[in-house]
Amino acid sequence: MRIVIIDDSGLRATVLEEGLREAGYDDIHIVPPRGGFVARLERMAPDVVLMDLGSPSRDTLEEMLTVSRALARPIAMFVDQSDESMIGAAIDAGVSAYVVDGLRKERVKPVLELAVRRFNAFARLQSELDEARTALSDRKIIDRAKSILMSQRGLGEPEAYALLRSSAMNQGKKIVDVAQALITASDLLGGM
Amino acid sequence: MTTDLRIAFLPLTDVAVLAVARERGFAEEEGLHLDLVRTTSWATLRDRLVFGQVQAAHMLAPLAVAVTLGLSQQAAPLSAPYKLNVNGNMLVMASEFAQALAPDVAARLDDPLGTAHDFATAIGLWKRKPVIGVVHRYSSHAVMLRYWLASAGVDPDRDVILRVLPPSLTVEAIRAGEIDGFIAGEPWGSAAVDAGLAEGVAIGERIWRRGVEKVLAFRTPWLEENPDSVDRLLRALVRAGAWCDDPDHHEALAHLLSQPHYVDQPADLILRALSGRIVPRVDMAPLSMPDFMLFSREATPFPWRSQALWIYSQLVRWKMVDHSAENAAKAASVFRPDIFRRALADSDVAMPGASMKVEGAVASPLAVGSKRGELTLGPDSFFDGRVFDPERIEDFLASF
Repeated sequence: MRIVIIDDSGLRATVLEEGLREAGYDDIHIVPPRGGFVARLERMAPDVVLMDLGSPSRDTLEEMLTVSRALARPIAMFVDQSDESMIGAAIDAGVSAYVVDGLRKERVKPVLELAVRRFNAFARLQSELDEARTALSDRKIIDRAKSILMSQRGLGEPEAYALLRSSAMNQGKKIVDVAQALITASDLLGGM
Repeated sequence: MTTDLRIAFLPLTDVAVLAVARERGFAEEEGLHLDLVRTTSWATLRDRLVFGQVQAAHMLAPLAVAVTLGLSQQAAPLSAPYKLNVNGNMLVMASEFAQALAPDVAARLDDPLGTAHDFATAIGLWKRKPVIGVVHRYSSHAVMLRYWLASAGVDPDRDVILRVLPPSLTVEAIRAGEIDGFIAGEPWGSAAVDAGLAEGVAIGERIWRRGVEKVLAFRTPWLEENPDSVDRLLRALVRAGAWCDDPDHHEALAHLLSQPHYVDQPADLILRALSGRIVPRVDMAPLSMPDFMLFSREATPFPWRSQALWIYSQLVRWKMVDHSAENAAKAASVFRPDIFRRALADSDVAMPGASMKVEGAVASPLAVGSKRGELTLGPDSFFDGRVFDPERIEDFLASF
């Protein structure tokens, strides 16, 4: 069964592809939704197309499935319209699936289920990455605020941190917010 | 108690009424909290509506008809009790191609019939078929473009290539040479003009004055089960629409829509469609087109059943659906003047006495029978002078 993943985020497509390979599918291709991707797709003659629901190129793909001679009979999207929970899960995960010829739905369903799981895994990965990035930038802000306190008030690092921490607790705020306020104030007053 | 409503939309100037209903508090005053969900393709917007992830959508009128007729991926009965706007589209072509047309852009836009014939001739001069972008197979843009091309004997399925792409990708596609031109809702035509990539060839409003554009679409079962929410939303939209049509508000509206979570394009580009001052070629003085895009006046929001049937007639004409009494009835049922009347019964909104009219028959502003207040209908003529009598669809189809 030939599966084409249309995606312009390399990472997401890879996450999906790995999962499909582990599940025993080996005829998998990734096509970015740009330029002449429609013609490329026609030459590949896939059985199933998986696409990110948020991709602006979905309309282009659907139009192709409607008019293409090579990919006749677009029979289903989300595999089976009667399976509402599956559709809901697919939409939530941001995945849409197109079956481009008369494949039986029993063969396609596992692919879609796997795709939904992998898309969700990717979303988790993405949010963890975002959290990590935020944590990193939080650290930088706090470090800068500490160095301001250290130079302005002649404090050591543990004391500077303790001061930030107690101010945050007293004001019911996050340390990073107090640190940011300090940096802003310091900038306004002509820097350190 | 506040009711939450999720409404899907695409980044286009004609989402104005929904945005204003939310941002200026009209929805809140009706006890509604609107959650506007931005999507980038009509397919995704359609799925979100059909599968119940949103309660309503800012939808292409022909797409609502197509989904109801089962022409688009998932068949589902949709209902449109409110038109969000009429007109608002521009056909632009790459400057290289437009050179084959009348050099005076203003004259070109003023004479759609002549321009259609010039375009037909230009196709013969061109060494390949022009590729024209449309935003969806079942879009008002595609329907009007086909109507316009065919008036000059151009077969849109044979003589040109119509390529579907979402509005937000049109400018990049013309830059990359993937398309020679496109027809899309504003501000995308203006964006291509401003980038020096294209110039105006035709204006939707000059093809069908008061041509149907976006509707507010619901799943019919949901609409039937939630009459109170629907009525409150329609009342909020009527007030928002009047606000949008007021010239004093155009700048604020352009600024509101320019925000990243709405259209995410410069406010001055958006302002052009709102104020009816269209720049058809880069560095040219704007042309005044006061009816370029309407939200409220002259009963714009009223969903005439005859307009749903006109759309249907075009789908039949281009062999997208077979004509039958059953299909015609299904298509007509998408537009819901009954709901519009119910929701606004106690308001001071002027209400047409009928739910169908002969489309294209009003040549100059006409005072018509109205349940309350004065109602003047603006000209609704087609550029080729045809009229569409919804009682005589077969005759109309036979005339092409």
